[in-house]
Amino acid sequence: MTSTNFDPRILKAPHPVPGAPDNWKRFFSINTDAKVIGIQYIATSLLFLLVGGLLAMIVRGELITPEADLVDPTVYNGLYTMHGTVMLFLFLFPVLNGLNNLLIPTMIGAPDMAFPKLNAAAFWLVPVFAVLLMASFFVPGGPAQAGWWSYPPVSIQNPLGHFFNGQMLWLLAVALSGISSIFGAINFVTTIIRMRAPGMGFFKMPLYCWTAWGAQTIQLIGLPALTGGAIMLLFDLSFGTSFFKPEGGGDPVLYQHFFWFYSHPAVYVMVLPVFGIFSEVFTCYSRKPLFGYKFVALASFGIVFLSLIVWVHHMFYTGTPNWMRILFMFTTMTIAVPTGVKVFAWVATLWRGKLRLTTPMLFCLGGLVNFIFAGITGVMLGTVPIDIHVGNTYFVVAHFHYVIFNAIVLGVFAAVYHWFPKFTGHMYYEGLGKLHFALTFIGCTLNWLPLHWAGLLGMPRRVASYDPEFAIWNVIASVGAFLLGVAAIPFILNMVSSWARGPKAPPNPWGAIGLEWLLPSPPPAENFEDDVPTVLNNPYGYGLDQPQVADEAFYVRRAQEA
Amino acid sequence: MTSSDPSVQLDHTPGHIKHDGHNLTGFVIFLCSESIIFLAFFAGFSLFKLTSPEWLPAGVDGLEVRMPLINTIVLVSSSFVAYFAERYLHKGNLWGFRIVWFITMLMGAYFVYGQYVEWSNLKFGLDSGVFGGTFYLLTGFHGLHVITGIGLMGLMLFHSFRPGNYEKGDMGVTSVSLFWHFVDVIWIILFFLIYVWQRY
Ligand code: HEM
Ligand SMILES: [Cu+2]
Repeated sequence: MTSTNFDPRILKAPHPVPGAPDNWKRFFSINTDAKVIGIQYIATSLLFLLVGGLLAMIVRGELITPEADLVDPTVYNGLYTMHGTVMLFLFLFPVLNGLNNLLIPTMIGAPDMAFPKLNAAAFWLVPVFAVLLMASFFVPGGPAQAGWWSYPPVSIQNPLGHFFNGQMLWLLAVALSGISSIFGAINFVTTIIRMRAPGMGFFKMPLYCWTAWGAQTIQLIGLPALTGGAIMLLFDLSFGTSFFKPEGGGDPVLYQHFFWFYSHPAVYVMVLPVFGIFSEVFTCYSRKPLFGYKFVALASFGIVFLSLIVWVHHMFYTGTPNWMRILFMFTTMTIAVPTGVKVFAWVATLWRGKLRLTTPMLFCLGGLVNFIFAGITGVMLGTVPIDIHVGNTYFVVAHFHYVIFNAIVLGVFAAVYHWFPKFTGHMYYEGLGKLHFALTFIGCTLNWLPLHWAGLLGMPRRVASYDPEFAIWNVIASVGAFLLGVAAIPFILNMVSSWARGPKAPPNPWGAIGLEWLLPSPPPAENFEDDVPTVLNNPYGYGLDQPQVADEAFYVRRAQEA
Repeated sequence: MTSSDPSVQLDHTPGHIKHDGHNLTGFVIFLCSESIIFLAFFAGFSLFKLTSPEWLPAGVDGLEVRMPLINTIVLVSSSFVAYFAERYLHKGNLWGFRIVWFITMLMGAYFVYGQYVEWSNLKFGLDSGVFGGTFYLLTGFHGLHVITGIGLMGLMLFHSFRPGNYEKGDMGVTSVSLFWHFVDVIWIILFFLIYVWQRY
């Protein structure tokens, strides 16, 4: 269809709610629109990335010298505990839920989430438990100090005897975070199962949706176990039960089972959506179809299943019987298979592609390299003899930051840049974006690569002072950490100024395939409304003569004229 | 609604679309997830029962079974009663539904009362070792679900008096009765774990 043909459906096209794109106040109100909630989630979580990052800077400031000189060792315990907790529960989970809110409905052609009110409730729980967690800095005794895993008996000491102590607030916050995540998960899964555009069978669904679906399935299966454990811990701490106290017939190791039954898979809750982001970004900027789409899609659920049966690898050195160690070492190794399938598919996709090195592409390439490295140290850690040697050292810390920051957070940044024009309606500044990438990549490599050595040499984690032989690694790491702090500046500058004054974004600035790119930028409140396209193919037909939807020209034109 | 009509645009409330089918899907997902908390508690209970060196607190030699058994019978039958209420609703017999639904609520209330009587006659507390802890945790958490179920049924009963309430589907009655069956099944497992298993 040429653009001179008059198509009456153009008249019926959805228009943005009058005044809405400029109306910033809605982001500060209780709103049920998934696109508003998505941005609320992302903005809130980026704020807490700064808080968590600040705590990390203090920790790294302390570690720049071998002596415990900057902060008191007790304060140090509180700092890394709160750093880990803030990063996981107030940054990473919320930021991914934000992306889910923006991407799932638009990618599958749904007008909104299945349960908009539940969605708003899930979001507004975040500030509530954020306040609870932050309040713990101000109660007598300070915040929780038992590490982000809160193992008993350390976590149930309560030396000052106050009912409202840091650990208790921590447990309440984690329980509320669990409820919020469950609300979110019910919503995302229902939306994906029930609200896809006509013709969009599961095997035509974008991979981001597959991976988000897998991740949310883990939330539904795993989180209740953690919540159960947290409730029991709270009772032990505050109401005199002895579930985890040997003196009352309880068993502290049981808590570790509850905790890791969720918290190992939780890693996949965070990394799976990033696998989805990789799949979207690599195909778009290499202009090639995704290699082995079906296998990559199914591997997501392979990972979900396997992630649920490996948790004991975190307990190799906590009194686990030998047969269990061997069994879980074996299951841990098998998870490399579906993950390897994905890595192979991305590399094959990039192979001989015409790579466009935009900011999101750079973040994804960096993230992929780091992820492969982290996968190697991960397989090492899954091996019982190595883990017993390096467990609780900086090798573990370096490994999981390689996953969590160097791969996952880089992927999240990629997503923020890639979909920024779509949901704000403005282009970001490529130069600032690339500067942000360069600082981040150098910073995170300096920060965590050297710590592998410190760990292999035996530097224990969670201590404020260490043997002077490890000083050199720690100085490099701290420099890297401060560089990451500097990297926040171009990022914030870019986000704020681009949204306020960036050039207006066309509907599809990257020439990407996908339903979300057939919508105006920013999309109207109910996306496609009554005119949902009929999906013919998966959204990876780059370079193929295969339209994703029927009557694509109409949707392209409608988006441009909106 | 036609999208080109600006007045419609103005009072557009995002997310006004309502689909009963989604509610049921979401609710089933919720129940599956919720069952895992119970599973965690059941696993904890079984582990303690099998491995704890000191199971029963001093001066306690087991739990009385008669009263919980009556409670079990009441709760299990109430599930069937709820099923008949639902049948009345689907046949369009609104008063039949309301009356039988209300009977289900009464049976639930009787269960809670029975639980209360049992608790108040026990010689051990929450802090009596893992036995006391798991007992109160399991029965208490389940009891909370029963109370929630009664509340939800009350809400459904209240809604049934709104004119035209069932035009777009059964508005949650199926979900709530599913919840009730769930609470019922959990109780059966719990009864076997706590009361029957102690004899063996
Ligand atoms: C901004 C850059 C970051 C720096 C400089 C940093 C630094 C650190 C340091 C020094 C520790 C203490 C390690 C120990 O003694 O055991 C730590 C722990 C931790 N970090 Fe980070 N981190 C950063 C980002 C992140 C992110 C993005 C996440 C997760 C989303 C994260 C999650 C954790 C967790 C879970 C712990 C463990 C806390 C505990 O031991 O209980 N970190 N981090
Ligand atoms: Cu793990």
